[in-house]
Amino acid sequence: MKIRQLSLFLENRPGQLRVPCQVLGDAGIDILTLSLADTQQFGILRLIVKDHTRARQVLEQAGVVVNVTDVLAVDVPDRPGGLAEVLQGFEACGLGIEYMYAYSVRSRGEHATLVFRLSDPDRAAALLQARGVRLVGAAELFARAGA
Amino acid sequence: MARFALENRILDPEETLDRDALAALQGRRLAETVRRARAVPHHRKALERAGVRDEDLRGPDDVRRLPFTVKDDLRQSYPLGLLAVPREQVVRIHGSSGTTGRPTFVAYTRRDLDTWTGLVARFLVAGGLRPEHTVHVAFGYGLFTGGFGLHYGIERVGAAVVPSGGGNTPRQVRLICDLSADVLISTPSYALHVGEVARAEGLKPGDLPLRYGHFGGEPWTEEMRGEIERSLGILAFNNYGLSEVIGPGVAGECPARDGMHVQEDHFIVECLDPVTLEPVPDGEVGELVFTSLTKEAMPVLRYRTRDLAALDRSPCPCGRTGVRMSRVRGRSDDMLIIRGVNVFPSQVEEALLRVEGTAPHYLIEVSRPGALDEAVVKVEVRPEDFRDEMREMVGLRDRIDREIHAVTGIRMIVELVAPNTLERSAGKARRVLDHRKVGPA
Repeated sequence: MKIRQLSLFLENRPGQLRVPCQVLGDAGIDILTLSLADTQQFGILRLIVKDHTRARQVLEQAGVVVNVTDVLAVDVPDRPGGLAEVLQGFEACGLGIEYMYAYSVRSRGEHATLVFRLSDPDRAAALLQARGVRLVGAAELFARAGA
Repeated sequence: MARFALENRILDPEETLDRDALAALQGRRLAETVRRARAVPHHRKALERAGVRDEDLRGPDDVRRLPFTVKDDLRQSYPLGLLAVPREQVVRIHGSSGTTGRPTFVAYTRRDLDTWTGLVARFLVAGGLRPEHTVHVAFGYGLFTGGFGLHYGIERVGAAVVPSGGGNTPRQVRLICDLSADVLISTPSYALHVGEVARAEGLKPGDLPLRYGHFGGEPWTEEMRGEIERSLGILAFNNYGLSEVIGPGVAGECPARDGMHVQEDHFIVECLDPVTLEPVPDGEVGELVFTSLTKEAMPVLRYRTRDLAALDRSPCPCGRTGVRMSRVRGRSDDMLIIRGVNVFPSQVEEALLRVEGTAPHYLIEVSRPGALDEAVVKVEVRPEDFRDEMREMVGLRDRIDREIHAVTGIRMIVELVAPNTLERSAGKARRVLDHRKVGPA
């Protein structure tokens, strides 16, 4: 159920975000969702793309530092308190969240999809599924995005 | 670490002269040098001003009666005003790099080239070079004394030279592999670059045929030696020289690798306080000052190198008797004064190498945006050390920040930058950009 996410090291100066986006665009690779974490001096751009192997290849060829991380995509009921319920499940399983961000494609009005980075994704996936938390696999995720 | 044991072989009996015999030889040669130097108007006037008579020069300590020579004396006598022999006796001309201003030229007679070649051969043999070896020389050939100086020394030992010169590093890595080079000769920063390129080409340290390396031409640290040795799977040796004195071969390491033996039968070395010009005690850092004892074309009298190092006269287990000089800790004119504190680029390098996960490629930028100095250290992140978690990257930056503060005593702004974005060079790596200075200092 894991999703492979690309993380990119970005220096904090003009043009640094455009370059990898341009490289992916030129290679015809669609960005399904992204998150940008930044400090004053550098940033980490996290991307979910369908063809992550090729994306990594073209980015590295362009001199971009790339790291591949496993994340989980979780369906969260799209109503007040929905996220809190899911997070309670995380807590009950003793899972710590490194970071999270929203997946940009909404699923049929009932759910929002959130991306979580947890320290042990395999164990986390098994524990959460056992508690009935709905995880979205790569195939379904890309299908929803029409990719 | 290196995979080879090193046998201590000494090329010349002069390297092991006892101190009394050495002093007698130095005294005799010093008097000869001063007599030769009187042929140069600049030296003759300076000697007269200092009241030096030939009969005053009896032993090596009398060198302190002589006037100093500085880089500016060479510049003002441009191009070859300090020549002590007729022009027809000159067989080679080299130049200093001109990194700190107008270039200066140095000339050699036939015998000077022979002397120089012998000095280079000494430290190469001390560092393991044998006739059956192949040496890859990645120093630039040209006016710079590094390329040709090492080249002829290698030939003197009888080993094979690959005069590769600078540039096109992937090609150089292939040459090293294809020709089974045992020895690499370059600047230390270029050696690290060779290691990076070899890794990028998919080679592990053990895949390279190299066994030893001789590095010089710029100051480097013990930590950097460790990086080079791990990265290339070699033993790395330090050597020292400068074109004004003769070129590489003024001093070099023995197998003990605990300081570089100064070739005292050819040079008298002094270590002086750069401000008072009084000798500093052994073990303390001061400016190195050299007087040549055998050079014909351009003898140098008490040449102020601006290089800061310490001397060690304790006996060396290798049997060589030449006084040992420490690594160059910096230059008396390169020293940065940041918010009133003396800082050497080598200290920043030392701090970086203490932090795991940083490549020693860095640039210090000093400016004065308001009333206070501000120092920014740009450090390249290696791809293998990039982590997706922000706190790990911030943690890395904070560790660098703390180490720099611990080593230099001042706070600098640490910026992590992408790999291969800082300038690489086959010559001297540029480590400092001081925006406070306008024009040459």
